[in-house]
Amino acid sequence: MMADSGPEEIAVIGNTDLTSAELENNIKNTMVEIEKWTSLLRKMEISVGEAEKRTGKNTVNMQEIYTVYLIETRPVDAVTEGIIPAPDSLWRRYSEFELLRNYLLVTYPFVVVAPLPEKRAEIVWHKLSADNMDPDFVERRRVGLENFLLRLASHPVLCNDKIFYIFLTEEKGWKEMVYETGFQAKADSRLKAMNAAFRVKNPDKRFTELKHYSDELQTVVSQLLRVRARVADRLYGVYKVHGNYGRVFSEWSAIEKEMGDGLQSAGHHMDAYAASVDDILEEEEHYADQLKEYLFYTEALRAVCRKHELTQFELEMAAQDLASKKQQKEELVTGTVRTFSLKGMTSKLFGQETAEQREAKLQVLEQQIEEGEEAVKEKNTESDEFVKTAWLDIEHFKDQKDRDLKEALISYAIMQISRCKKGIQMWTNAKECFNKM
Amino acid sequence: MSRTIDAVVSPTQTNTIPADISGQMLDLDEDDDLEVFSKDLTLADGNMFNASMPTSPGSMVNQCKFEEDEESDSKDIFITVDNPESHVTAIETFITYRVLTKTTRSEFDNSEYEVRRRYQDFLWLKGKLEDAHSTLIVHPLPEKFVVKGMVERFNGDFIETRRKALHKFLNRVADHPILSCSEDFKVFLSAQAWELTTYKKQGPGFLSRMGETVRAVANSVRGVKNRPEEFTAIQEYVEDFSNKIGSLDKVTQRIVKEQKEYLEELKEYGPTYTLWSGSEEELAEQLKGVAGCIERCCKETEEQVGHLSDTLVPVLHEYVLCAETLKAVLRRRDNIQAEFEAKNEALATKKVDRDAESSDLGFVWGSLLGKNPEEARHQRQERLDGEIEELKEEIDKLEDRVEWANNALKGDWGRWQRSMRGDLKSAFLSTAEKNVDYYEKCLAVWETFLLSQRTEPSEETDRDNTP
Repeated sequence: MMADSGPEEIAVIGNTDLTSAELENNIKNTMVEIEKWTSLLRKMEISVGEAEKRTGKNTVNMQEIYTVYLIETRPVDAVTEGIIPAPDSLWRRYSEFELLRNYLLVTYPFVVVAPLPEKRAEIVWHKLSADNMDPDFVERRRVGLENFLLRLASHPVLCNDKIFYIFLTEEKGWKEMVYETGFQAKADSRLKAMNAAFRVKNPDKRFTELKHYSDELQTVVSQLLRVRARVADRLYGVYKVHGNYGRVFSEWSAIEKEMGDGLQSAGHHMDAYAASVDDILEEEEHYADQLKEYLFYTEALRAVCRKHELTQFELEMAAQDLASKKQQKEELVTGTVRTFSLKGMTSKLFGQETAEQREAKLQVLEQQIEEGEEAVKEKNTESDEFVKTAWLDIEHFKDQKDRDLKEALISYAIMQISRCKKGIQMWTNAKECFNKM
Repeated sequence: MSRTIDAVVSPTQTNTIPADISGQMLDLDEDDDLEVFSKDLTLADGNMFNASMPTSPGSMVNQCKFEEDEESDSKDIFITVDNPESHVTAIETFITYRVLTKTTRSEFDNSEYEVRRRYQDFLWLKGKLEDAHSTLIVHPLPEKFVVKGMVERFNGDFIETRRKALHKFLNRVADHPILSCSEDFKVFLSAQAWELTTYKKQGPGFLSRMGETVRAVANSVRGVKNRPEEFTAIQEYVEDFSNKIGSLDKVTQRIVKEQKEYLEELKEYGPTYTLWSGSEEELAEQLKGVAGCIERCCKETEEQVGHLSDTLVPVLHEYVLCAETLKAVLRRRDNIQAEFEAKNEALATKKVDRDAESSDLGFVWGSLLGKNPEEARHQRQERLDGEIEELKEEIDKLEDRVEWANNALKGDWGRWQRSMRGDLKSAFLSTAEKNVDYYEKCLAVWETFLLSQRTEPSEETDRDNTP
């Protein structure tokens, strides 16, 4: 049973078209402008160079081997008189990247924070090992980490973060600094978030849609990646079996007089054909990584949606609380009991309170109502702010996603074209050899 | 250009038997000579004799045209095998094939024949050809049953594969200078069903064929002692070839298998893009485009696999069977020589026997029977002399048989090698061409897609692409 209250006090935000299309567009353009000005990339080059193995003691004092990555930074305008100075560099391990990201997630809940590359190789096909120490995997992870940093550095909000800057520039003491921010305490508990998700009544429809979209995206891209891996596996098999032709042709050519030469050279082309698949599939792995990034992005999207639900829920709770206080006041004033309350019952049973008692109660309630109204106003603003900034970032993300994935699909087509051209060349060569038989 | 060659081969004459029948030309282009050796295949009834006798000269008076290269414009017989039909009787179900022959050869009464034959009939023909020309290389028939896999005999693919192989078999026989003159071959092509059945019943009976087999087994157990070097070389080659072609057969079948599995996965891949396009707005068209490309590549892949199965696989398989045929031919040649060697040894033993002093045992035996020792010895000498003469005659015949067999094989060997090279070269060529074609088609598919993406009004060029 919801009490009807004055329209202004409780501004529960439903789905409203907050801005007109033009206004939205203007904001978008402004964002791009801001990007240009504040993007960290304007100021410095960032790259993740090599990777190295280290040994050390972990938290339970056991020996472990881990990989560290070299982060190199250099100011963009550092090139003076044609001399490029050496970059500043420091080493970071994967867990530090994770820490950075968690910090950013908590500190900027309205931002769709770029995801990290896989900790472990998940969707693999047979040639690729799931071994974290595998050099190909480490290399792809290096690329992924660089991409992560670049994404952060070009984000209008995140690029200005101090912790991020120090992550890039100061090796020692960074961890302690992060913990000192106390961000962990600010993190919303999972339980709280889930509770809000269930009980929120009027979330912004756009966020609900976004949540659905991110679930869908996760499902379809996972499936696509799985099937792609299987296709890659099979393709690998087809190419490699042709290598057997190479061997047998070579052996056969030894016993033939007239056909010998043709067979021998055809055999070499078959070997080359079989070997060509390694590069082809390695390239495709980068395409898969591009898709994977967006697969992992869905988690970031969901995180923003959750935060919205939480703020919205808190607003609703505050409004509800205010409404019930006002209700109580009214009852006290008019003496009517509209809602069931223990007080009401006891007063019926044991007699009315004295006037002084009532007066005292009234004062308390009024105080609470005032505080409640403040709270609602605060929560309202908070929610408004959140929706505005979050949605801005989401639009930014959507554009980025469309651009990036379009490029990815084009590059996939280019890969296929390249593979076809290679195939044409190899089989044309083989054909010529067969002609000489 | 064809040359009419008069191959006069006769063990009793002193003409030298041409070493390579398929290529030589005897200089007999005076008209009168040609008259004498008319193309009269009624003499070629050599197929009806006891298989243990050497091929009589009569059957070899073949005025068949010896083409060095099988030019189709000088072909005078065209055979097709098609139209499989299934027949159901009370006892069995079987398939017959239509065998259509068009020919201008004079030994055929008509110029066109249409008969129906079943696999058994082909088997019969092959058997007869091999019996009559044990050291010629007869193209293999498709196998009785599919060795691996659970393909039913009446599966469409199986029937089609078999039909093609049977077609090839008959055409190879028709192309062979000696085999195509066989009476059995002619009957096979022209006789009606009941005529064929009657015809089949003639000829050496079961028992005489049994005898031949027993002898062959006996000889193969004994083994040949002085095999000429060239045949050992051929045998070694055949061993190696058999291994290589077997490997190629396996590799190709494996490729087909892998390709099919790739195709299966590919068929599921395209739809994942279509599924995704359902959740997108800006990207939807592009995703559907990629899905379309993948689907079209699927079709091309399917075609490519089909081509591989239809073109390369059967040819390799045929030559696996050929290798076995070659081994059998070499064995038969060895047996012929072994028989000859055995008889020679028997002769030597007999001579030793005869020249030996009267054995004491014989003397004793004779005296026990009340014979005059002198008379006994004389009788014995006479008997042995007679046997020796018989043996000598047999040996002469066998010697000719060996020489004939060797020459036949040598001649056919060159011929076989040429057609092997031709067949395999063209099969591999065709495969390579198809693969090029496959990649070209896929290339076109993706290039079209790429083109459609690049010519879109690029909103992207207006924006600064900061990632």
